[in-house]
This record gives sequence, structure tokens and C-alpha cells, in this order.
Amino acid sequence: MDIGVIISMLDATLRLSTPLLLACLAGLYSERAGLFDIGLEGKMLAAAFGAAAIAAVTGSMWLGLLAGMAVSLSTALLQGVAAITLRGNQLIAGVAINMLAAGLTTFLGQTWFHQGGRTPALGAGGRFGVITLPFANELSGVPILGPIYADLISGHYILVYIAFVMVPITAYVLYRTRFGLRLRAVGENPKAVDTAGISVIALRYQAVIITGLLCGLAGAYFSIAQGSGFGNNMTAGKGYIALAALIFAKWRPVPAMFTCLLFGFLDALQIRLQSTSLPFIGEVPVQAIQALPYVLTVVLLAGFIGKAVGPKAGGVPYVKER
Amino acid sequence: MSARRPLPRWADIALLPAINLAMAFLVSGLVVLMIGENPLQAIEVIIYGAFGYGDGLGYTLYYATNFVFTGLAVAVAAHAGLFNIGGDGQAYIAGIGAIVAALALDHTHWLLAMPVAIIAAGAIGGLWAFVPGYLQAKRGSHVVITTIMFNFIASAVMVYTVNRILKPATTMAPESETIEIAGRVPQLRQFISFFGYSPVNLSIVIAILALIGVYILIWHTKFGFAMRTLGQNPTASRYAGISNSRMIMITMTISGALAGMVAINEVMGVQNRLVLDYVAGAGFVGIAVALMGRNHPVGIALAALLFGALYQGGQELQFVIPAVTREMIVVIQALVILFTGAMEGLFRPSLERAFMLLSPEQKAGAIARETAKSES
Repeated sequence: MDIGVIISMLDATLRLSTPLLLACLAGLYSERAGLFDIGLEGKMLAAAFGAAAIAAVTGSMWLGLLAGMAVSLSTALLQGVAAITLRGNQLIAGVAINMLAAGLTTFLGQTWFHQGGRTPALGAGGRFGVITLPFANELSGVPILGPIYADLISGHYILVYIAFVMVPITAYVLYRTRFGLRLRAVGENPKAVDTAGISVIALRYQAVIITGLLCGLAGAYFSIAQGSGFGNNMTAGKGYIALAALIFAKWRPVPAMFTCLLFGFLDALQIRLQSTSLPFIGEVPVQAIQALPYVLTVVLLAGFIGKAVGPKAGGVPYVKER
Repeated sequence: MSARRPLPRWADIALLPAINLAMAFLVSGLVVLMIGENPLQAIEVIIYGAFGYGDGLGYTLYYATNFVFTGLAVAVAAHAGLFNIGGDGQAYIAGIGAIVAALALDHTHWLLAMPVAIIAAGAIGGLWAFVPGYLQAKRGSHVVITTIMFNFIASAVMVYTVNRILKPATTMAPESETIEIAGRVPQLRQFISFFGYSPVNLSIVIAILALIGVYILIWHTKFGFAMRTLGQNPTASRYAGISNSRMIMITMTISGALAGMVAINEVMGVQNRLVLDYVAGAGFVGIAVALMGRNHPVGIALAALLFGALYQGGQELQFVIPAVTREMIVVIQALVILFTGAMEGLFRPSLERAFMLLSPEQKAGAIARETAKSES
């Protein structure tokens, strides 16, 4: 295998793991605050639609991005009201959000744009272009390092870079700031946080807001960066893979990045291996590779390779007076 | 404020769900209004499409059959305190059992083929839920996450199985061989011409039997008592000498087997072959059905009928009012789950307060408390 193939595979890995990473970090904030979030998929889907719809109407990718984040944020807040203020079942709230997004995006898409639920294809200004980093072209002639810089590191959408920059930021916020300490505490022992005079409710809403904004970036990536317009159910279960990655990474930011890269790589591999034949194996069953992230997560959760134990207070609404 | 009294039983099982349902419909109506259509006309079309004529009613019952099975699957697990979100995957993978039994016994008689297929589909669906149950009971992995993962694994397995194993070499479409004779479940239209061309079939009898069976299981057997004890208080059930892990595994298996019955209705009753994605989200409708039906067979039957009517009426809707597409039904479904499941806390407190003020002896107590509070 020559270096060109390897680089193009890794390049695809970066592109495919970006939305996973954004959604995974989004989930990390909520879950660390003690809120199970199986509604990542729905928030991304809603954001993808909002971003594409506004970008199509205004012709501006930035307005589209803002709209995507706003839609995702309001969806997250709806989920937050149900799960935090009304103390509803967090899992059921997530299911409802996913279903609501799946139905409403297609429904409104059809009503507004009359293209079978799709939004109009975006022109140049409505969609993010790739960024060529400085000296990428000049350095591409350098052996090995040149192509790596020019083809792998350079030449991505801005959201790709944002996603990977968010990893150290999240790690810093989580482990080095007062907010992060409180966030982790509220997911483990909310009563202790409450006793210290800090509002559990406010902290959890802050987490939900961050989750909403990051899911908005992830959703916008699908429709106005990677794709040029919204298509029915275009997130295609990626929110659940992000959730799997979050568990696989044991709710930690840096391992989350590596897990998302692994799952992204599996996705790239699966696309590449489609209808190709390998010696001894014959035609590769791509379904096996597609199922691998889920199987790995189940195996990990079962404690066969390490043990994934989530935040202790996860899933339990906080009741102040006892 | 803290001295809240529980609602009277009738309000808890009928009034509150009705208010939540009304909210879901109200919001859906606003969505329809927002796009400039008439929600009342939409309701009229849905009701006529679902109940107004033989074919429509037949389709409503056919959809309801699926939703009874998936609703019962969610409810049985819920009684033991488990949230089985994997009904979709369990129903999907059970199709393998149904198609293999139906094709193998295609030249016998449906009275043989149907029970064998029920056992086969139930066994595979049950197995698909048993594994998450086992992992929860013995390894401590959360059943919700595992069943979500199993939905996706099921769909990968099915694509592989249908394309590589069950698809005859002669066809291009990803589907199994067709069931010709005995493997088909008899259609109700063969006996009652009123149903026209609708696909409602004898599986509906299985659904009714399942409703009765689940009722007996949960409220009239020792096992059901143990299940409910586990659901209410796992510590208490352990001290009562019940093996919680065994209960979790058996309950999940029953739950999965019930979801697997969707395969009988779809594979042997409607499609007559195994096709991809035939479950079409019925597993998730089951969550809405169980929530609305309060995990009780009577409630589930009514809720399944309601969703069956919405699905069938929704099909008609897009012919009459093209702007209101089928997805509107998914939106309604989501809102029902949101209001009856996740946002139940929205109306319960005020309803409880209202009832407290309405009943005389509680009113006296409430007034006394209020005055005590204001004086202090």
C-alpha cells in the first residue's frame, strides 16, 4: 500500500470522525452533569436541517451555522426542561427528541421546499469550503511530511479544526476549571454540590446549553460542510455511534477523540471495502465492519475489556427537599 | 407543597393521559395550522381514513397488531423496571425465524406452520433481548444502551443474512424467497369480505391472546408478582428471596419474544417474504403505546388502536391534503411520548392541587396549612 492510499484513508477518517467527535463531546458535558442523553441524534438532525434551511434561504453559511446551533440549542433546552425542571425520565425525553426531529425535519422540509424533504442544493456562499493551510502547496513536494501536511492536515472544513481544538479545551474545562469540577461533581453527587450552595439545576442547564451548541456544530457539518443541503435522516444513526464512542471512552475527552477517530476509520474502511474482494476472505462483509462500533461498545460495557462506569448520578432527576 | 396527595385512580389512569394526549394533539394541530392547513379537516380525514370504510379499518387493525406486540414488549419490561428500547431490533431479527419456519413448512398446513413460526420468531426475538438482559443482570451493563446497540447490530445482521443467505440467486432485489402456500397466515378478508384488500390477518388473534396472556402473567401469577416487586423495589425483591438477575433475564426474553411477533404479522401475513427494514419503526411506536397505555393491556390495546388509526389515517391524509405528509404522524407520536412520558410532571402537580382543593376534607386541611404558613 503506498503512502497516497494511506493518506487518503486517514483523510477520510478525519472527515468522518468530525461529527462523531463534536456530538461525542456534546454528550460528554450532559452526561458528566448526570443527564443521560440519548437525544444526540435528534439534536444533530434538527441542527442539520436548520443550518441547511437558513443557508439555502439567505445564501450565507455563517447564518446557516448560527441557525443550526440555535435550533439544536432550543431542542436541547426542551429536553432539559423535561429532564431537569419537570424531572421526567431522561431516556424517554431523548427518545422523544429523536423522533420529533426525524418527523419535523422531513415534514417542514417538504412543506417549505417541496423537494421530498430535502433542502435546495447550496451554492458556493452557502456552504463551507475547505481551508488550505499556509505553505501547503509549497511543502507538498517534501517527501512523506509534505503530503501529510498538504493532503492530510491541510484542506479541511473549518468545523474539522474546531472539533479537534475542542478536545483540549474540553479537557481543560473539565479538569482544570472550577466549572469543570462542579460539573463532574454534579454528575457524581449532586447533593454534595447542593450542600455547598451551588445550584444543581443551573449547572445542569449550563451543561445542556453546551451540549446543544456542540450538537449544532455537528449537525451543521452534515448539511452545510460535508453535504450541500439537508436530506432525510441524513445523520443516519451517527448520534448513536457518538454515544457509543462516549461510553467507549469512559466519558473522558481525549480518549473520546481517539475512539471517534477509530469509529471514523472503521466507517472509512467500510466505504472503501464496499464490493471489493480480498484474498482468502472473498467479498468483505461490510456489515461486519458497520456493526463493529456497536459490538465493541457492548463488549466494553459488559466489562470484558476494561470497565465503563458512567457518572453515578446519571439518569436520576435531582430533588432538592428530601 | 410537600404534603401532596396521590391522584384518585381514575384521574391517574384516564384523566392525566387524556390531558397529555390532548396537549400532544394541540401542539400537532398548531404545527398543521402553522403551515396554513386546517387541523380540523386533517382530523376528519384521519378518522374517516382509519375507520370509515372496510379497507381503512383493516389497515388500522393491521398496524395496531404490530403496535400491540411492541407495546406489550415495552410494558412487560417496564413492569420489572427495565426500559427495553430495542423492540425494533428484536422484531426485525425475529423475521429470520419466521421466514425459515414458513419456507420449510410451506407445503404442510398453516395450522402447523404458524405455531412453529411463532415459536421460532419468539425464540430469536427473545434471544436478542435475552443477551442485553444477561449483560444487565450479570455484567452490569445498562440495558438501554445495550438494546440501542443491538438495534444497530440487528440491522447489520439482517442486511447480511438477507443478501448473502436468504436471497435466491435468481433475484436482484434484497429479499428472501416468497412464501407460497401454507406459510402464509390466513387473511381476515378470506372470511370477511368487508375488509376489502387490507392486510389484516389472523396475527391479530395472536395479538389479542398476547394481551390476555400478559394481563394474566403480570397480575395473576407468582412470576408477575415477582416482576412487579423487582420493578418497584429491587432491594425488597432481593430480601424476599427473589433472584433479581434471573428475573431480569426472563423478563427481557419474554419482552423480546413479544416484539418478535411483529415478524409473524409482517413476514407471514403481509409481505410473504423477508424484506429489509420491514419493522419500520414499530418498535419505537411501542414505547409511545406502552407509555400511553400505562403498561396495562387494556390501555395498550386502545393506544395501539389509536396509533394504528394515525398511521392508516396519515396515509390518507397526504392524498387529501398533500401539504400534510406522513411524517406528521411521526411528529404526533414524538409529542405523545414527550407529553405522556417525559413531561408528565407538567400537569400532574397542578392536577393534584386541583383535586386537593376539590375534595372537602382535603380542602379543610389545605386551608389550615395555608393559614399556618401565612401566620408563621
